Amino acid sequence: MSTETGSRDRILARIRAAVADAPDAPEAARDYLDSHTPDDPAAILDLLHENLADYRAIVHRASEAELPALVAQLLADRGARSVAVPDGLPAAWLAAADADQRTDDGPLSPYELDAVDAVVTGCALAIAETGTIVLDAGPGQGRRALTLVPDLHICVVRTPDQVVASVPQAMPRLDPTRPLTWISGPSATSDIELDRVEGVHGPRTLEVVLLQD
Amino acid sequence: MSGTYLGMPSFPKAAKDAVHNVTLRANLRHATHTIRDKRAKAVAELDDWALLREAGKQIKDHTLRHLDRHLEQLESAVTAAGGTVHWAADAEEANRIVAGLVKATGESEVVKVKSMATQEIGLNEALEAEGISAYETDLAELIVQLGEDLPSHILVPAIHRNRGEIRDIFEQRMESWGRPAPDGLSDSPAELAEAARLHLREKFLRAKVGISGANFMVAETGTLVVFESEGNGRMCLTLPETLISVVGIEKTVPTWRDLEVFLQTLPRSSTAERMNPYTSMWTGTADADGPRTFHLVLLDNGRTDALADEVGRQALRCIRCSACLNVCPVYERAGGHAYGSVYPGPIGAILSPQLRGIQSEIDASLPYASSLCGACYEVCPVAIDIPEVLVHLREKVADQGGKGHRLEKAAIKAAGWILDHPAALAAGEKAASKTRGLHPRKPPGAGAWTADRELPELPAQSFRDWWKKNRT
Ligand code: SF4
Repeated sequence: MSTETGSRDRILARIRAAVADAPDAPEAARDYLDSHTPDDPAAILDLLHENLADYRAIVHRASEAELPALVAQLLADRGARSVAVPDGLPAAWLAAADADQRTDDGPLSPYELDAVDAVVTGCALAIAETGTIVLDAGPGQGRRALTLVPDLHICVVRTPDQVVASVPQAMPRLDPTRPLTWISGPSATSDIELDRVEGVHGPRTLEVVLLQD
Repeated sequence: MSGTYLGMPSFPKAAKDAVHNVTLRANLRHATHTIRDKRAKAVAELDDWALLREAGKQIKDHTLRHLDRHLEQLESAVTAAGGTVHWAADAEEANRIVAGLVKATGESEVVKVKSMATQEIGLNEALEAEGISAYETDLAELIVQLGEDLPSHILVPAIHRNRGEIRDIFEQRMESWGRPAPDGLSDSPAELAEAARLHLREKFLRAKVGISGANFMVAETGTLVVFESEGNGRMCLTLPETLISVVGIEKTVPTWRDLEVFLQTLPRSSTAERMNPYTSMWTGTADADGPRTFHLVLLDNGRTDALADEVGRQALRCIRCSACLNVCPVYERAGGHAYGSVYPGPIGAILSPQLRGIQSEIDASLPYASSLCGACYEVCPVAIDIPEVLVHLREKVADQGGKGHRLEKAAIKAAGWILDHPAALAAGEKAASKTRGLHPRKPPGAGAWTADRELPELPAQSFRDWWKKNRT
């Protein structure tokens, strides 16, 4: 530990010496745009839809009343027999589903999670310009592993209140002290001759439901 | 197990070998051209790109100017959030700290997220010497590791391998590292990725210790950020009980809000996507979510030397997007290994000699591994004036013993095509002078290297125009 303390002091001293004569560097100017999209909720929603789909997420739109049947259908279509249920997920969302519901109150071990076919969650917000959903482990989202290990992730976005146009608009709405996961389409790799392959280690399929009232 | 860059030949010799490797050149050419074209489109979607680039530059300059303050703030924030911060002056100390932390868990295996910093310090080899197996989990890094090979590109480290070679590596080597490759594995990328998924999932599920780097650290909040695509990063960052992150001190940004700039510029510059598939952000430890123990190892390893160089310090702004590799005519010819460092291409040519010093032949030759065409500066999302730093380092090399001219000739000759196409070199140099003119800081001309060169006139066509017409 004592050498480490020595290194701390040494590194800080080296930094101070290195920049002692450097010109002052002011705070950065933020002349860049707050958004690249017209301030129109319908257009922003369409852009989100388009950009999510562009990165191979499968996008649906539904009303609150249609949601349970849609979720049940999506699970059935993929043959999902079990579904992980994060704390705080509205019970109605899974009310019509046949899949065996696995709550995370054990919590589920990595091996147990690996045996679960799907997970259904809400989100913290979604960003239209980049086609991104952000999870912050809040109610209905669960811990990070829940949306990672099962092979199918169904994510519900409340519109318009959970949708922002741009990254700069997202930042002030997120709490950096929470674990955050930004998801833009299913996992993918281009490491083999730059051919894009989806579903490497994360869920192979990402279905996003844009919930409209 | 994996090879080492130490003892590799200097750039001229290695590049000469590389330009004769037809597979390597074809793969590199395909990769760099594909990515650079896609990148240009992704960047063009943002009208305010130039402003984002300027903001990124200013944020990093501000950080570096006050790095002591920001690191102290980062340390308090990480500690307050339940993490432990360690300081490592050099590679050896960082390796010792990490090996000690792994041993304290009683484990002899770790899963790793792709990280330039841990490659830079040779962490895998150091852990192996301590009886600890480190598994690379990025697909490309897995290919490199199983093939006992070295990465050749920052973003796509196995780009020098084609699908047939990858299949052979998986068939021959996976078994000795864990789950064997499936029988009858074909060379389709989807099947190869599936084989990697099965092979690695075993390791993810049982892993107790994860090791990562980070793309950014937020001083204000103590938040670390990792950008990735495959989900292997998320696996390593969330399933193990202990997480150890080794991060260069220059990866700091002052505030949470600063991330909004790099979240826009890094993915577009790097993989040419609006956003990469996964970005993870964590602050210390969280109740019942992810690792219960978090260690952050802050790495100097030559960075404070680079910081002390008033021209060279801008290299520390680098966010490792790899855009400069994909536009560099020399990188395209010479390949990643010729740079003898984990940092190849134009950024490697200025970063490695600064981190390691210019005493060795390879480091003294790196500032000559460029045609000074300026394309790297144009694409850099934090506006690092790579040609300016190259010229500055050439002067230093020349000052130290006068082998500069020999190295320059050797380096340019090694990138054989350039020599065969004098017009490209001329156009490149002219374009470089144009770049200089736009951003005058210190025109080349004072030092030994530039002493016998005339300042070129403005080009009739830009290098990039010429390049497009003649090469695509
Ligand atoms: S020097 Fe600039 S372009 Fe090159 S990798 Fe670093 S940030 Fe990217």
